[in-house]
Amino acid sequence: MNCNGVVRRVSSYIDGDLEVSVVEEIELHLKECRECTILVQQTRLTVNLYRDSDLVDFPGEVRTRLHQILRREIRREK
Amino acid sequence: MYCATLDMHSIEPGLLANLVKTPTLSTPNPHRLPSNVAREDEHLLVAAAKAGDVSAFEELVNRYERKIFRLTMNITRNREDAEDAMQDAFMKAYSHLDRFQEESRFYTWLVRIAANEALMRLRKRRPNQVSLDEPIESEDDFIPQQIEDWGPSPEQRYAQTEMRDILRSVIDELTPDFRAVFVLRDVEGLSTEETAEAVGISEAAVKSRLLRARLKLRQKLDRHFRQDRKQ
Repeated sequence: MNCNGVVRRVSSYIDGDLEVSVVEEIELHLKECRECTILVQQTRLTVNLYRDSDLVDFPGEVRTRLHQILRREIRREK
Repeated sequence: MYCATLDMHSIEPGLLANLVKTPTLSTPNPHRLPSNVAREDEHLLVAAAKAGDVSAFEELVNRYERKIFRLTMNITRNREDAEDAMQDAFMKAYSHLDRFQEESRFYTWLVRIAANEALMRLRKRRPNQVSLDEPIESEDDFIPQQIEDWGPSPEQRYAQTEMRDILRSVIDELTPDFRAVFVLRDVEGLSTEETAEAVGISEAAVKSRLLRARLKLRQKLDRHFRQDRKQ
């Protein structure tokens, strides 16, 4: 496995979505390659940062309008 | 679980929703669930809503409105479109509730509707920027060269608001098709199969876009997080 092979599989690797033999090949490469080791760590951290973040506020007026529209729609359908 | 033995049709409308109630319509919902968690009582609320219990449907709205707005906002990056997409998604969910087969979670079904609504608006607004079948670029650009450690964890080096600004500005730079897949898989916690269904592409295309979205985001975050950028 070379650097290109690791880059192609980094996403599946951090998701645990690869065959054991492929994982072993990647990990053999990572032992020798500092760049790919950092790439894997940083890609994993990138996913975790977004997964744990809440980048969107939910304003009260947006909520109020949603409920007004839904009430109207429900009344209309009944 | 005791509820499993209840005959849904014998329950007085509103009673079930009261039993499993979280905040009412008039108060903001302070509870935020992890993206990939649907509460165990969801199917009871859905059954009650299908049987005509409006308050059960309202409870489902209370539960998921924040998450659905976050999803439509993350896909469209436009508040007006995000709000319209969210409203239409809930209205469609209500009027098509009888078609929901309960083979998947209600939340996943709702996410699919909302993602479609958001993507539709995005295509209308920026028809040339959203091609979900565009050719896949090479990975060569992502082969690590002169890669640098980010040093001690960036979460500890940046204040929460500063981190939010960085993450927001970086995800805004992704093209909508990459962003949609990344948001559904990594922020909302949908499976590859569910994401493929929501976006209308193959599972292979989801995996491929997810790989590139993650690599692009890492590359863009690198500009901010290299240790020498902030001591």
